Amino acid sequence: MTNRIYLDHNATTPPAPEVIEAMSRALGDQFGNASSIHFFGQRAKAAVDEARTEVARLIGAEPGDVVFTAGGTESDNIALRGALDAAQPSRSRLVVTSVEHEAVLNTARALARGGRPLTILPVDRNGLVSPAEFGTALGADVALVSVITANNETGVIQPVAELARMARGCGAVCHTDAVQAVGKIPVDAPALGVDLLSLAAHKFGGPKGVGALWIRRGTPLSGVITGGRQERNRRAGTENVPAIVGAGVAARLARSRLTADSTRLAALRDRLETGILDTVFGTSVNGGETPRVPNTTNISFDRVEAESLLIALDLEGIAVSTGSACSSGTLEPSHVLRAMGLPHGRVQSSIRFSLGSTTTDEEIDRTLAALPAVVRRLRTVR
Amino acid sequence: MTIQMPDASARRIVVAMSGGVDSSVAAALLKEQGWDVIGLSMQLYDMREGQAVFGSCCTIDDLHDARRVAAALAIPHYIINLERRFEETVIGDFVQEYLAGRTPLPCVHCNSELKFAELMDRASALGAEAVATGHYARVARDQVTGRWRLLRGVDPGKDQSYFLFSLSQTQLARAVFPLGELRKTEVRELARLIGLRVAEKRDSQEICFVPGDDYADVVERRAPSPIPPGNIVDAGGRVLGRHHGIHHFTVGQRKGLGVSAPAPLYVIRIEAATQSVVVGPREQLERTTLHATGVNWIAGVEPSGPIRASAQIRYRHPAADAIIEPLGAGRARVQFDVPQTAITPGQAAVFYEGDEALGGGWIAT
Repeated sequence: MTNRIYLDHNATTPPAPEVIEAMSRALGDQFGNASSIHFFGQRAKAAVDEARTEVARLIGAEPGDVVFTAGGTESDNIALRGALDAAQPSRSRLVVTSVEHEAVLNTARALARGGRPLTILPVDRNGLVSPAEFGTALGADVALVSVITANNETGVIQPVAELARMARGCGAVCHTDAVQAVGKIPVDAPALGVDLLSLAAHKFGGPKGVGALWIRRGTPLSGVITGGRQERNRRAGTENVPAIVGAGVAARLARSRLTADSTRLAALRDRLETGILDTVFGTSVNGGETPRVPNTTNISFDRVEAESLLIALDLEGIAVSTGSACSSGTLEPSHVLRAMGLPHGRVQSSIRFSLGSTTTDEEIDRTLAALPAVVRRLRTVR
Repeated sequence: MTIQMPDASARRIVVAMSGGVDSSVAAALLKEQGWDVIGLSMQLYDMREGQAVFGSCCTIDDLHDARRVAAALAIPHYIINLERRFEETVIGDFVQEYLAGRTPLPCVHCNSELKFAELMDRASALGAEAVATGHYARVARDQVTGRWRLLRGVDPGKDQSYFLFSLSQTQLARAVFPLGELRKTEVRELARLIGLRVAEKRDSQEICFVPGDDYADVVERRAPSPIPPGNIVDAGGRVLGRHHGIHHFTVGQRKGLGVSAPAPLYVIRIEAATQSVVVGPREQLERTTLHATGVNWIAGVEPSGPIRASAQIRYRHPAADAIIEPLGAGRARVQFDVPQTAITPGQAAVFYEGDEALGGGWIAT
């Protein structure tokens, strides 16, 4: 474990010691049901409230507008299903981009199977949605627009503020999946101009199984997870206090480290990227010509099967990924890289390196030292 | 001759793990011997939720079993996606063979074109020098010639050398069969001893991609055009009935002919050109000669003339004494001492001298 290099922070991040410590405490001392009226309930509720304040601060929001969920996917589901359900009958269409995370894309497709018209917008070779094309897709029948803030596979950042302005200008509700952006770049939900914003704690040093949905005041949204009246009636179910506490601590740490971390990670990422391009021939960056989150690079290695490279690197003690971890187990090549128009061969030879707070200079050195030989061996055999 | 049991001080080896008891024990034994073991499982068909679940091997449950066994053994384990290759080579050939009136043997192709080809390439790419499987067979090196030899597994009830006849010298040089010296009962006993969760898992019987043994359905779904019906005829060409496609039949088949006759009738041969199924009494099933194509001689060279050996025409079938005459260009004629029943085109004829597999080929006629 100690010698292993973890370059897969977009899949998930290791929780900071402070997070682990706070969560263990919450698991014991704050075991009460946050909805209970008595002492134990109050103590749990106070912990949840404190966490809500921290998460809200991280995205420049009011605590009262933050709803805790069971993670990014659930936030996306509540946003899409809840907003569509609450929309005027004249507005039923859903507009998403072709580079959304599966949590949005497959939910949108499920809604389309249920009879909702769906528009999936193309992207250019950098993975960007064109505002002009976006504008054409809008109309009086659009209920909801969902645009990912930063892509999980390439790190490419969409012009969400501009798109949100257009969407809301035509009366549609605007959601953004900011799961890969929050904690990596400054995200100010109200200023972004969206109505709904999803985030997941485990992408910025928190635990898995907890996320949040920021809801702009007054946004029409039906309940999706129904039951008790928790989370201001937005998300039923007994609060997962230890996870929420962990999310709060992680949000506090992420906010305090954001500037320093993003500068440091951008430098490390750029060094890794340049180093690979310089020492391994037949390599190219996907989505590198447009603003990206500072920790991510997606690189194609000509004539190398990404699957084999991933395994070979893991055996060298270096953990990376091919596209989204959620899609492994199928032969489906990355829908994100395909949407960017990359040829099949290049899609199948692409590896994602995603750095994080634990990444060191020395780890980048070791990765750069190991890669050329590993790639050479793979190319010799195949 | 020595049995290959390489000393294994931290040399890297890939084990093809299917999630069954055999490959699981193979992995455990190699780990015990000190190899740097990497488990690879082949994903051979689309396993997304809601898709058809195939037969009895390499299903999503089996991959989970393989992963859990690897975790218990503390070896790294990866699932590699070979769907396309499997579809193109193994399933594609399976369909073609049925459409040509033959009865295919897909496991041989899976061994020579996936496990000991694609998987072996992946293994090399990972710095592994060999690929191990849970086959009941042995590989040995001839000390004099330096050639690799393929031998039956010591468990006569489980020997799988029949399915490995098409391996080349290069492939055998890098193949390791840890179970070759063991009996199935011993393998299960070992699995229990180690505490493997798959110790009591039942053996796979059917062809892995054929759910519920419904071969015809697999063929029909992949055939380029609808499979025409045809006649059921006797040896004299007299039409006895109709059938729904030659892919429903195999040589020696008695059931499902839909033809009534005073004595039981069997499928004698299948004529793809006319879509005819020729039936007749049992004695017409007996033949003393077969022709094989695509013959692989394990030693890498064809014998200079006819040899006396035994030939096995099905997996579950004793080898019978014969004279095997190489005809060049990968062809051979097999002349049995006594007539054999139901020599089936598409199956393999594998030649043995005692326990040693000398080679084999595909039964053409």
